Amino acid sequence: MFKRTLAWIDQRFPLTHFVKDTAEYGTPRNLSYWWNFGSLAGVVLVLQLVTGIFLAMHYKADIATAFDSIQHIMRDVNYGWLLRYMHSTGASAFFAIIYIHMARTLFYGSYRAPRELLWWTGQGLLLLLMATAFMGYLLPWGQMSYWGAAVITNLFRATPFFGEQVVHWLRGDFQVGDATLTRFYALHFLFPFIIVGAVLVHLIALHTVKSSNPSGLELKQKDIIPFHPYFTIKDLVGVGAYLMVFSVFVFFVPNTLIEAANNIPANPMQTPAHIVPEWYFLPFYAILRSVPDLAGGVVAMGLSVLIFAALPYLDRSRISGGAVYRPVYRAMFFVFLVNMVVLGYVGAVPPTDRTIIIGQVATLVYFGTFLFLPFVSKKEEAFLIKRGLPPAVMDSLK
Amino acid sequence: MSGKDNVVNPERRNFLGTVTTVAGVGGAAVAAWPFVNSMNPSGDVLSNATTEVDLKNIPEGGMHTVAWQGKPVFILHRNAEEIKKMQELSTIEPVADEKRVQDPKWLVVVGICTHLGCVPNRAENGWKCACHGSQYDDSGRVTHGPAPHNLEVPPYKFVSADKIVIG
Repeated sequence: MFKRTLAWIDQRFPLTHFVKDTAEYGTPRNLSYWWNFGSLAGVVLVLQLVTGIFLAMHYKADIATAFDSIQHIMRDVNYGWLLRYMHSTGASAFFAIIYIHMARTLFYGSYRAPRELLWWTGQGLLLLLMATAFMGYLLPWGQMSYWGAAVITNLFRATPFFGEQVVHWLRGDFQVGDATLTRFYALHFLFPFIIVGAVLVHLIALHTVKSSNPSGLELKQKDIIPFHPYFTIKDLVGVGAYLMVFSVFVFFVPNTLIEAANNIPANPMQTPAHIVPEWYFLPFYAILRSVPDLAGGVVAMGLSVLIFAALPYLDRSRISGGAVYRPVYRAMFFVFLVNMVVLGYVGAVPPTDRTIIIGQVATLVYFGTFLFLPFVSKKEEAFLIKRGLPPAVMDSLK
Repeated sequence: MSGKDNVVNPERRNFLGTVTTVAGVGGAAVAAWPFVNSMNPSGDVLSNATTEVDLKNIPEGGMHTVAWQGKPVFILHRNAEEIKKMQELSTIEPVADEKRVQDPKWLVVVGICTHLGCVPNRAENGWKCACHGSQYDDSGRVTHGPAPHNLEVPPYKFVSADKIVIG
């Protein structure tokens, strides 16, 4: 019966083919746990979708009732606190996972040919995630929500000629108001489904070019193993570890990542003494603040996110395995990471003369890393070939 | 467009193809406009709200914040010393203090930082924006970046000696 039903379906829809293709997807057997974060991001996306839809059943997108509806969810709705804390913690977790996923790509040079499109669709996903998170943050209608949205929509004032009109169009009002809240809610609901679509594109690209691996080398057939059961199990181990960390935040310290000021209802007449964005935006916010000119700051901040897309062209080294066989690239990677933390710190503290200088130096280091990469990578390649590399790596250069 | 050898009048077909494409894209753009425009401020938001302020209640040296079209407006009652100081000071975007006030005792400015839209806090001798560190003097003129411009002076008029209407 089952076989006959399956055959009936397969004549009309490639179900068996699809399942087989996914399960037997050839995966390098030397993948480390750093390769877990892609599928983990998928798990978090599903969790965010589910908790989000259930929250939407109780949330009200109206400035008169939005703040109170959150309190209603927290106090009255059965397990409302769980849904909300899972959703708010999940947003932070999503960024943490995506940043680790990106850092792995940078470290192992996984963005290089033929994986440019895989990298770029990932970049698109990051932008969608940022937009979704930013709009979701307005919904609780607290002070941080309000002023975060006010500042970010104001960035579009830097648009040439139509700055004012664009800002009013985005807000539907002269200030962030009811129109803004309602449209952010509508789009915050829509964007995750666009993300699901973009993830499918990302996965199709992945299955076309195949996963990279820590050595960066083209593997022999015997080193390729099917995704199921080997990596379904390994990914599940990762999910288990993740859920432990996630649970600690959700059940014991759910407010760590919620700014205290956001428990005060939005007040358009009073900016909080110190406004900070969510932690995952801090480095980019620091870059914005480091440029003493509005338009320049906005361009620098936009560029700081988009510049990653240029990496396949900026990195001119042909040596496989990213930082594994490349000491200079490895050093640059870790300097970049430390610099990112410095920028995060600068973005989190109130602007003083000292932090502004630190921020400006860190901004220069940030862009300098990308700027010098073409020269450094070429010089490094020549030096390493002269000095000698493992035979397999040498062979891959021929 | 389609193959050129086995088609009668290929130029006409190309022309028709081009015209159809242009009309299609143009039509789509026109059809998109109502959707785009629906996101602009609606009629009730645009309806020009004015705010009336009674100045009697603001003591010398005091500042009141009133809402006008949802925006905070600062009204500062300046004393003679402050007025004199403001008339001498030079700032980043130099505008004479006289040009920014109707009555030098009363400064009326929109309380939105021209950098990224935070509301600056009242400080000694002016305002300070907590978001990104911009500073303004007692005439609402920027004295310390990153704000690019002075605080905006809204349209207002005195309807009597101690009453103004903003808007």
